[in-house]
Amino acid sequence: MVHHSLSPRQYLILGLVAVSAPLGDSCLSRGMASMPPITLAHPASLIAAVFTPWIALGITLLIGFFASYLTALSWADLTFVLPATAFGYVIIALLAHFWLHETISLERWAGIVLVTLGVGFVAQGPSLTQHPAPDAESADREPLESEVETR
Amino acid sequence: MTITLPAVPLPATINPWFSAAMIAAVVLTSTTGEVLTAAAMKSIGDLDVIRAHSGLKGAIRAVLTSPLFFVGVFFLALAFFSLLFALNHLNLSLVGPASASLTLVTNAVAGKIFLKENVDRRRWASAVLVCIGVYLLAH
Repeated sequence: MVHHSLSPRQYLILGLVAVSAPLGDSCLSRGMASMPPITLAHPASLIAAVFTPWIALGITLLIGFFASYLTALSWADLTFVLPATAFGYVIIALLAHFWLHETISLERWAGIVLVTLGVGFVAQGPSLTQHPAPDAESADREPLESEVETR
Repeated sequence: MTITLPAVPLPATINPWFSAAMIAAVVLTSTTGEVLTAAAMKSIGDLDVIRAHSGLKGAIRAVLTSPLFFVGVFFLALAFFSLLFALNHLNLSLVGPASASLTLVTNAVAGKIFLKENVDRRRWASAVLVCIGVYLLAH
């Protein structure tokens, strides 16, 4: 197996996946919490909610998350992307601690340590499984510039 | 995904098998969705390369013309609605961490079987560590 190291741009995309999902969720949660309770009798109020600042920001972040997640999956394994981007939970917990001065329980510190260890494990390995070429022609061809770059 | 619901008291006793089935439904549908989406993106190819050749529109077109991508998104939507259904019966503090962390392990199994990804000891260890870690963080 060829060891795949990622380019700085690819690390940036993984970072975006990690941070935009929890941040987007937090924005949605904050926006929805400040809304009056929404009932099925008035579904139009749900449409109006989309245009409030926090929810609009949350949706924008989640669209950004999905675009960068799909990009990451196009050049890295699912079993690499999912654990690696779980680091976002750690970033958010630490931001909440140092920026918003929230207290982190012992249980959560243990979680931070375990996620960090897991991400460290997976990040040291290859990011993409090399499958044998499906036919001789593709095996013989010159590697694309991008393929050389990611190896 | 964080969902804010009005504080409605949940029924005190729920059949544990029913709870497990609801969480299993979330985990199975989201794993199916993730694996199909990953397979679709692998068949489309490196999006950065596509974008370099045919621009952002070309990359978006490449994704939106893949039927497998839409099947994946369909299962991700199904996962979202089964999460909403589970939240209607169970507490977020149980459903959120349980589904987020279990999905990491089921994805490792599914990635190995269906995507033929090389899930070596390093990746197993990482999936299990992150699984427990996310559970502790989200709980």
